[in-house]
Amino acid sequence: MKILVMIKQVPDTATQVKISSDPKAIDTAGITWIVSPYDEFAVEEALRIKEKRGQGEVVAVTLGPERAKEALRSCLAMGADRAIHLNDSTWEQADTLLTARALAAVIKQEQAALALFGRQAIDDDMGAVGAAVAELLGWPCASWIMEESVDEAGKTIRVGRQVEGGLEIFDLPLPAAVSAQKGLNEPRYPTLKGIMGAKKKEIKDVKAADLGLASEAPALSVVKLEALPPRPPGRIIPGDPAEAAKALVKALREDAKAI
Amino acid sequence: MAGAIWCVVEDDRQGTPKKVMAEVLGEASRLASQLGGPAEAVWLTDKATEAGLKQLGEWGAKRVLLVEDAGLAPYRGEVWAPVLAELVQKESPQAVFGAVTTRQREVMARLAARLGAGLAADVVALAVEDGKLIATRPIYAGKLLSKMTWAKTPWLATLRPNVFKPAEARSGAAAAVDKPATTVPAPTMSLVERREESSTGLPELAEAEIVVSGGRGLKGPENFVILESLAKVLGAAVGASRAAVDAGWRPHRFQIGQTGRTISPKLYLGFGISGAIQHLAGMRTSKVICAINKDPEAPIFKIADFGIVGDLFEVAPALEQEFKKLLEK
Repeated sequence: MKILVMIKQVPDTATQVKISSDPKAIDTAGITWIVSPYDEFAVEEALRIKEKRGQGEVVAVTLGPERAKEALRSCLAMGADRAIHLNDSTWEQADTLLTARALAAVIKQEQAALALFGRQAIDDDMGAVGAAVAELLGWPCASWIMEESVDEAGKTIRVGRQVEGGLEIFDLPLPAAVSAQKGLNEPRYPTLKGIMGAKKKEIKDVKAADLGLASEAPALSVVKLEALPPRPPGRIIPGDPAEAAKALVKALREDAKAI
Repeated sequence: MAGAIWCVVEDDRQGTPKKVMAEVLGEASRLASQLGGPAEAVWLTDKATEAGLKQLGEWGAKRVLLVEDAGLAPYRGEVWAPVLAELVQKESPQAVFGAVTTRQREVMARLAARLGAGLAADVVALAVEDGKLIATRPIYAGKLLSKMTWAKTPWLATLRPNVFKPAEARSGAAAAVDKPATTVPAPTMSLVERREESSTGLPELAEAEIVVSGGRGLKGPENFVILESLAKVLGAAVGASRAAVDAGWRPHRFQIGQTGRTISPKLYLGFGISGAIQHLAGMRTSKVICAINKDPEAPIFKIADFGIVGDLFEVAPALEQEFKKLLEK
């Protein structure tokens, strides 16, 4: 069973993010890059499916600039068998739709049985690529999954998808696309052996032309980035617990009108 | 003539639109007054109710496009997206809005891909500039805002709950109800079961107007009862920081933050939460933020409107008493 895991390289959560001289982009100097955390859950789950079945192939896929190879290398170190890097300047301004078209083309070319995504990348937080790819492929999809199992024949995946107020358990015929929610698993750390082995694994560069895709303008684009409007300075309420509680409730009622 | 602004209805699966629809319809009506074209609701359901249709009209929908079909429940993206796409292609609305809920986030992504349209997800503001719609979205854990626009219509967007001003219900305002003929495709995926969470009797985190949240300062899972007790008085939801969830004190569905839920309540009360950037990402758009923490240097005080430096085990019960006095008046 061939599983493709779509991952994205994003700035580390703790990194300071500043707007660059181009108001549509961030200043990438000094940023620490990581694999988006939800994508790590997806990689981990793909590896577990393969290990449980005792056979199969896990392929990590990303669309991004040259530096994104580092993220693919991390996935290979975790245990992915090989990687595909959609690496073409035509995708520099790619929005969700163009990204999804490129990923759908690779998934089709690779004839994957299962496409795994993270619930959302933690840079733009759009959270739309997985479902968009499923639609382009005409596949069923389940987002925000908390559990899964593939049947022995490799024909069906049973997933638990998180919804408001509960979990919905669905059977999806394969091929299908699913996206990982936190809680699906605990991603492994790469071992030293894994890290060494990753250096020998293949990362294939793929251009838009290799997928038969022409250059296209994005459907959604950034006008500009803005810093957050500063919150007005807060007020520390003094006094012992009883006094402070009384003053806070009064302030919430009379000043903030929040209650 | 400008096309309509559509609002995809989020309901409770029992035929009642959720209150977030007042916000989505309110915003659609406000924009419609600038862009032209009516605000309309599109309701995909296995069973609508008269009361639900009336409610949508009172919230400002001039028309409800109702597709009532047994195949639409349970929600499946592979079924909903083609139905919505068919309606969009027939009627050419200028925009399609949804609410940020688990199913609408997914179906709007599928719809956008099917139409070749742009989708701005989890939008916190919308504005018309030179006849074009501009969406504002928080990015990078809410550290920056991104203003985005679309190359062409329909403009697709999902709106974050509790951010947009809800429409005031106008009694007597009725929506015309259309039942367009559409093809509801057969699903390939099937529901095995639905596991309901044990009900806490408290509101859902993403929709709650008041959220009480606890972190590592609570010292253990047993102490969340202190917050639950306070939450009952306020009719609030109870959330948790990642530290508390990772420690196993609360299930992940209660986590607020970058790898949890994003909330935007009218009032947020954080107890024993330091305010790590990843937590702030999930709650910084709250209208009023209160922090209770022993450590005067805790980063959460930097974004809090009101803070109490003190022991939460003393402050929380005192607050509960004060809120009780106020609300029982």
